[in-house]
Amino acid sequence: METQERRWVGKNLKRREDPALLTGKAQYTDDVSLPGMLHAAVLRSPHAHARIRSIDTSKAKELPGVYAVLTGEEATGYVGPVPCFAAEPVEERAIAVDKVRYAGEAVVAVAADSRYIAEDALELVEVEWEPLPPVGDMERAMEPDAPLVHENLDSNVVYDHTFVFGDVEGDFASADRVIRRRLRWPRATAAPMETSGAVCRYDAARGRMDVWSNTNMLNFVAWVISGTLQMPPHMVDFHPMYTGGSFGSKHVLGKQIAIAGALSKATGRPVKYMEDRADNLMANDSQAPDRIYDAELAVSEEGEFLSLRLHTIDDYGAYFMFAITGNTNMMAQITGPYTIPSCETGIKAVLTNKNQQTVFRGAGSDVGNWVIERLVDAASDELGIDGAELRRKNFIQPEQFPYKIPTGNVYDSGNYEAVLDLALEHADLDRWREEQAKARAEGRYIGMGLATAQQRSTYFSTEFWFHNPAPATGLTTSPESVRIGVGPTGGITVTMFSPFWGNSPETVVSQLVAEEFGVDPEEVSVAYDSTMHALPSAGPGGSRMTVMLSGAVRGAATKVRRKMVEISAHLLEANPDDLELRDGRVWVKGQPDEARSLSIADIGMKAYWHKLELPEGMEGGLEGSFTYDHPYASMPSDDRTDLGAFYPIMGHACHIPVVEVDIETGQVKFLEYVAVHDVGTVMNPRSLQGQIRGGIAQGIGIALYEEVRYGEDGQNLTASLDDYLVPGAPDVPNVEVHHHETPSPFTEYGVKGGGEGGRMVAPPAVTRAVEDALSPFGIKIDEMPMTMEKISTWVRGARG
Amino acid sequence: MMQEDYLTVRLTVNGVAHRLGVEPRRLLVDALREDLGLTGTNVGCNQGVCGSCTVLVDGRSVRSCLMFAAQADGAEITTVEGLARDGEMHPLQAAFWEKGALQCGFCTPGFLMTGVELLRRNPEPGEGEIRDALAGNTCRCTGYEHIVEAVQQAARENSGEPIDTEGPPEVDIAAEVVRGEGS
Repeated sequence: METQERRWVGKNLKRREDPALLTGKAQYTDDVSLPGMLHAAVLRSPHAHARIRSIDTSKAKELPGVYAVLTGEEATGYVGPVPCFAAEPVEERAIAVDKVRYAGEAVVAVAADSRYIAEDALELVEVEWEPLPPVGDMERAMEPDAPLVHENLDSNVVYDHTFVFGDVEGDFASADRVIRRRLRWPRATAAPMETSGAVCRYDAARGRMDVWSNTNMLNFVAWVISGTLQMPPHMVDFHPMYTGGSFGSKHVLGKQIAIAGALSKATGRPVKYMEDRADNLMANDSQAPDRIYDAELAVSEEGEFLSLRLHTIDDYGAYFMFAITGNTNMMAQITGPYTIPSCETGIKAVLTNKNQQTVFRGAGSDVGNWVIERLVDAASDELGIDGAELRRKNFIQPEQFPYKIPTGNVYDSGNYEAVLDLALEHADLDRWREEQAKARAEGRYIGMGLATAQQRSTYFSTEFWFHNPAPATGLTTSPESVRIGVGPTGGITVTMFSPFWGNSPETVVSQLVAEEFGVDPEEVSVAYDSTMHALPSAGPGGSRMTVMLSGAVRGAATKVRRKMVEISAHLLEANPDDLELRDGRVWVKGQPDEARSLSIADIGMKAYWHKLELPEGMEGGLEGSFTYDHPYASMPSDDRTDLGAFYPIMGHACHIPVVEVDIETGQVKFLEYVAVHDVGTVMNPRSLQGQIRGGIAQGIGIALYEEVRYGEDGQNLTASLDDYLVPGAPDVPNVEVHHHETPSPFTEYGVKGGGEGGRMVAPPAVTRAVEDALSPFGIKIDEMPMTMEKISTWVRGARG
Repeated sequence: MMQEDYLTVRLTVNGVAHRLGVEPRRLLVDALREDLGLTGTNVGCNQGVCGSCTVLVDGRSVRSCLMFAAQADGAEITTVEGLARDGEMHPLQAAFWEKGALQCGFCTPGFLMTGVELLRRNPEPGEGEIRDALAGNTCRCTGYEHIVEAVQQAARENSGEPIDTEGPPEVDIAAEVVRGEGS
């Protein structure tokens, strides 16, 4: 039984999430209010590295309105260590025990009648400190005599391994030239507008706990967080919440949930803990890659790319929650859109006295794009070959897909030349070259950048562990589920088990259900359910939701439709093969007679209330659920020379920004920005374009403004949004967005994920544009952010 | 640091008159969100930087995390909940929906209130004026372009007239909340 071809998939629908968000009716975590609920606040360490000699909380406990004051030591009676997915023994507690490892680490948590009283109580806590020398510089941290962040490790270098894929030595030996760069990617942070937090309600009488938190992996890792809460997983109910942005920062939230959970257990009352902005910027665990690269690209004189060699030192901060995930992620697309036959990547992960690194939109593949595109631009300069033509020469060709890159990951499909051509057609670089020449004659500096880069989507969970040598293995599932129910009056409800985090899951599932059942998306009811009622679902992250929901809805809808056909065949006395679902009715094919058809409501009514009219033995009701798993994945080899397919749904983009740089002030102004993205079949242009433009704003952010900075003493110097600069309305240009569609052969409807591409491709394009503007001064750019201060210093230096 | 005394504050919020007992230090945003249950106004930073908590106080945009509730005594306040009329979205809300000017929605109420103030003051703003007016509001999702377009569309649809000058509708009810000790 078939429905019509694509009536709703691809439609430019307005988002169905928006009316509630626009009128203030959506409920975020901080909007949860329960009878008897207490409010928590956290005392944070003023030292980057110090031993806790003693803590006196007696005065704080005496303050009226205070219910509980917990030190780290006392909290161990209620909660265990927070989730850590690394093999290395790096233990983290929600509230520090014995010693603090970064400025801002939690030391004491208070629950009181109001946040005001809780914060008053913090002022009454007395801590006796033994300051230790902090280690903030990653290269210093690697030295044998450096102070240890974790004394149970014998070095701050927590992971050190070089992966070699293919004949790197041989390919380098045959090269005419090796392009070399030492590159510096800065520490940024996600900084969503909503901070992280949790409301926990422990019910001792029933032995269960309810958690309302903006964690995104609530379902996938519920059992792990339950371990922290020291509760059996099936006795903890995590409620999916509307999430005010994540960008990777809200995957787990073990600390926030543990703080609220410990205080709820201690007081027997519901407790809310929401980070304030300083908490978030100092201690959220969402700081991002902070890397020094020694990068080499082996090339022939004609511009053929032969091999890639990357060695990185990466500052992971004080803990190691996701192990080296930011480095493994980029192995999905390390060689970019190019046919590079071999590559090597050495990774030294270093622990320092900073808030830890986890993931931020792009999850390390953003860094990889910048590194390889920097090398390609350098090759273009050294070989004297135009950047666009050099890229074109090395592109993987459409007929080569599915294409296995040296690491073992597979690219499903693509047409990189078509994307490049579309971008060049809209950017009109010839005109800009004339403008550039004219401007230079007037002492103004215009530059054009171009980047062609990958946007991997839809991760597979082997990514979490394949960096550990065999025989280590881990998860081999990355599921997403939905349940579709058709009621007795024909209304269709689709239930998801992963939260909204700023993407468009409700719009997407209603489009999909409308497509599958031939109904209007507005008629579809969309719901979320908590973990006690949930089916396996990993949640948003790694640009997977549109792909995974497409598969899950297709699977569940197929089950429901099958039953609808069985019921209809029985009632219409027809052969099931002769029936079709069209415009919300089941028809006998070729018979337009409505009397010989059944509406979805007719079928629903029979399924629920007319047992004796159903086929004999058929179960009543009309619903179907489906757990969709990754559509294309494989295991890594034991020797890890082949990591398997783990991120194969591969998007691509070409960005061409044009900038003008004021060489006196260092200010960068955008004159034009063209972006062409290929994320397979476009599900909804309106929401995709929002994702792309928003991603580009964040990419411009790291290119020009954003950096988490620490002082010599280890203090976080960017603990407010006045100091951690994210782009504002005057800073971000309008972006001309175009789509090229190369459907994935592996996903339902051919969709690919598109949530991260803007941020992943903008940094190299903007860097090149600034470098091009400054080319009369011979300035080569090896670092970001390209702040006004840095640019004007570079120009002054170049002019001597 | 302890505040023993409560002040009585009279606020008219979205047309409804309230009498509140508050600590002198109680922030306006907490009075709106916690005492009056108007959780549409969101707290993004509590540092007066991000603009998420923007509301209109006597028609002027104010960061409600930077103002004490007591300072608003006697004021008419409009929050995002006060923009829609008779179940219909305000023209700026409708334009935000049409243009896809939001993703996570957390900063959106602040942008709407700033945008409404702009369109009352300047019914035909240029793109640069819109971007300057919105410079005090941070959005991490959208890249601003769709927000700017939405403000432009609302201005166009209002044919150059100041938008929504009469303020929220008069509602003939008065609510009273007196906070007790320890809240």
